[in-house]
Amino acid sequence: MFEKSVAELGRALSAKQVSAVELAQLYLDRIERHKQLNAFLDVRPEVTLAQARAADMRIARGDATPLTGVPVAHKDIFVTRDFASTASSRMLEGYMSPFDATVVEKLGNAGMVALGKLNCDEFAMGSSNDNSHYGNVLNPWDKTAVPGGSSGGSAAAVAARIAPAATATDTGGSIREPAAFSGITGIKPTYGRASRWGMIAFASSLDQAGIMTCSAEDAALIFNGMLGFDAKDSTSVDRAAEDYTRELQRGLKGLRIGVPREFFGEGLQPDVEKAVREALAEYARQGAELVDISLPNAALGIPVYYVIAPAECSSNLSRFDGVRYGHRAAQYGDLDDMIKKSRAEGFGPEPRRRILIGTYVLSHGYYDAYYIQAQKVRRIIADEFQRAFGQCDVIAGPVTTSVAFGFGEKAADPVAMYLSDLYTIPGSLAGIPGMSIPCGFGAKNRPVGLQLMANYFEEAKLLGVAHQYQQATDWHRRIPKDFA
Amino acid sequence: MNWEVVIGLETHTQLSTQSKIFSDASTAFGAAPNTQASVVDVALPGSLPVLNKGAVERAIRFGLAVGATINRRSIFARKNYFYPDLPKGYQISQYELPVVLGGSLSIQTKDGEKIVRLTRAHLEEDAGKSLHEDFHGMSGIDLNRAGTPLLEIVSEPDMHSADEAVAYAKALHSLVRWIDICDGNMQEGSFRCDANVSVRRPGAPLGTRREIKNLNSFRFLQQAIEYEIKWQIETLEDGGKIQQATVLFDPDKGETRMMRTKEDAHDYRYFPDPDLLPLEISEQWKEEIRGRMPELPDEMRGRIRTEYDLTEYDAKVLTQSREIASYFETIAKKLGRVHAKLAANWVMGELSGRLNREEVEIAESPIQADAFAGLVQRVADGTISGKIAKEVFDAMWAGEGSADEIIERRGLKQISDSGAIEKIVDQVIAANAQQVADYRSGKEKAFNSLVGQVMKASQGKANPAQVNGILKKKLG
Repeated sequence: MFEKSVAELGRALSAKQVSAVELAQLYLDRIERHKQLNAFLDVRPEVTLAQARAADMRIARGDATPLTGVPVAHKDIFVTRDFASTASSRMLEGYMSPFDATVVEKLGNAGMVALGKLNCDEFAMGSSNDNSHYGNVLNPWDKTAVPGGSSGGSAAAVAARIAPAATATDTGGSIREPAAFSGITGIKPTYGRASRWGMIAFASSLDQAGIMTCSAEDAALIFNGMLGFDAKDSTSVDRAAEDYTRELQRGLKGLRIGVPREFFGEGLQPDVEKAVREALAEYARQGAELVDISLPNAALGIPVYYVIAPAECSSNLSRFDGVRYGHRAAQYGDLDDMIKKSRAEGFGPEPRRRILIGTYVLSHGYYDAYYIQAQKVRRIIADEFQRAFGQCDVIAGPVTTSVAFGFGEKAADPVAMYLSDLYTIPGSLAGIPGMSIPCGFGAKNRPVGLQLMANYFEEAKLLGVAHQYQQATDWHRRIPKDFA
Repeated sequence: MNWEVVIGLETHTQLSTQSKIFSDASTAFGAAPNTQASVVDVALPGSLPVLNKGAVERAIRFGLAVGATINRRSIFARKNYFYPDLPKGYQISQYELPVVLGGSLSIQTKDGEKIVRLTRAHLEEDAGKSLHEDFHGMSGIDLNRAGTPLLEIVSEPDMHSADEAVAYAKALHSLVRWIDICDGNMQEGSFRCDANVSVRRPGAPLGTRREIKNLNSFRFLQQAIEYEIKWQIETLEDGGKIQQATVLFDPDKGETRMMRTKEDAHDYRYFPDPDLLPLEISEQWKEEIRGRMPELPDEMRGRIRTEYDLTEYDAKVLTQSREIASYFETIAKKLGRVHAKLAANWVMGELSGRLNREEVEIAESPIQADAFAGLVQRVADGTISGKIAKEVFDAMWAGEGSADEIIERRGLKQISDSGAIEKIVDQVIAANAQQVADYRSGKEKAFNSLVGQVMKASQGKANPAQVNGILKKKLG
């Protein structure tokens, strides 16, 4: 049962071939059996089973959705009433939220059963999941490799089939990079499609919730229950609801796929390039036209991102002062000392580093040179995408320069770590939808991801383009051997 | 050598919305600590701000009332600093692009009317409160006030004395209540001023300013500025230098004292708040609001002056607040232009005096405008004299009914029947031969005494004008 897709599980549930409780128990058992992955931070079987029982009643009543009874796990960036919400930080150890994130609530309303909370980089800052206060997550394909980050727990859980789907968030690549490293499907929608209400903020102008699944079809099904306007988030986009599965069956004939030449330059490892080129060739075989395009300033994405994201994070993380909730130092002198000690103890090295960078770039006298300049370049990068979409319907290329690196390999070199997001950051800065789908294996038999990007609000098209590839290939059906 | 004083004011007016500027928690004053703080106000992880349209509407009303530019697009920015009563670690405010730009306010000074230019007005949220009493060695935090909408109104440094600063603050206070955007309750902190004060030799460049924070009464504003001016002049005349600083006023000592200097001022690291989109105000929305604006005090003053033939002074007093003005106008409309002056006298005299003495707001007056019009009407048509009217007023205040009911019940109707008055006059003449003789021998005073006797005999009800006429005629 665990190798089934979300779509198949939904059908099995409605045909009463399996009950939601049985399914929940099956996944809870797998989670327990594969604890060494360290993908989950909080599992509460009584909560999960109660939700499963409610789902079964709903199915019996006949008012189920295609998602009712299907399990899902949530990245620990989403706050939840029923599970602790820590953002993988010591700062929020044991923190219980009095409300659910909108994404969690919507999926709950659709009848999905929550399996628990997933490990990630602390406050979603990182590309390896090494930056978690609660330990690193193993890559199910190779336990010496990182699963990617920041949504490493989500990626590993789906890859290991200990959850059929997992919510995730993407700020600069935190869905696409771990999806690529872990050999699964991950998509971030257009900025504004998913509500940020209840997402512990890292960089508000970039943070966007998405989903990790085994296939594009599953992602489309879940998007139907997950996305939509939310009055509680001022940056949420007020558009009519749509069916994200509507373009899944659309053929590829005549589709123009833009291939940005800058994504195939220096730094791209040959194993990754080979798998990506083969995927592009498959698209060409199916009738798509490959178009050479240019995103000349895409590489500036990294410096731009590492000004804007830390600037916003330095302010977003100010609320963690030990006054009202979260970690408070045991010993302190005066008020300032309490705040300083609580923050110094509560935050790990990466949030501390980014708070420092962000505070610096926003400081008097530096603001124009860094923050304002970064916003200008961000605009230029977004404009370049618009020009590119004049020549093509979707953009395709690698997600990362290499396959998953080894645990601890880049921990000592933050800049090398930051470069992992070279190909994903430009799309984040523009706010366009992007995804990663598995397209083969590279060095050490580690997975390679193909990145697909579309213009604003074209998730349905993007998912269709991914689904067509997955109809012709079986990379997305491969399961790491220890978990099969 | 003389000194020129330069003063600019920054005024925080609490906007009268039901809920907070970025959350749906109530803004009502005086609730138990932290009972009116939502997850947004407490800044729980994952919470986000949503702008209250009512707060924006009030800012627009203000901008329209002072003839300012309403920015079509303005930006909310974060002002970053750590303080335990600032839950997010930043205050959402407006920095580079405020909602209201420019405008002006007319104030009354001893030299007549003066125009004070406004720099800007911007929307922001209030912080919570730190409570230092009741906690041994610790501070309590009350977040009920956190997120309360404020409009910070910044003036140009156009004032040159404490009197002018107070006149400006009063005019502003009256205006924000007039246009119904702020309850003006200074004790509850709904209207607080920061005063920037500097002195210079006439013609010299601006002196270094010190900012007196958080003055929440006109009296403190006056005292603080006067003290500060004196202190700065003395410091300079003693050869000292003024250091840019923020100071606090201590009302008990009547002194200002240093809080922090420019050197240890915060770097607030302002940047646009990515949680809030730019605030867009359409021409259509602005015009809708303009259409709902009440007549403004200056316009109304001019209009009632001509319409009801009042003096400039009367018109000014009657337009001190919108409640008084509309109270007056209700009565004036009933009585008509001829008797409007009488109505004005009664509103400004008997009614205002009583309201002040009893500390009652006109809106809560036991005598509402329609009822009061009934009283003034009876004075105007000669049913009762002014003196009797005061008795009726007292009875009405005490809730004894309408003017007509009281006049009827107490038999206070003025005697205007000349036959009846003649009868009384005859009796008085007969009984006061001495005074009659005195008058006839040229003692004018004796006449007044006789009038008094007649009024007394009529229990005050005789029409005084008629008594005069008849008495004069009879005494020949």
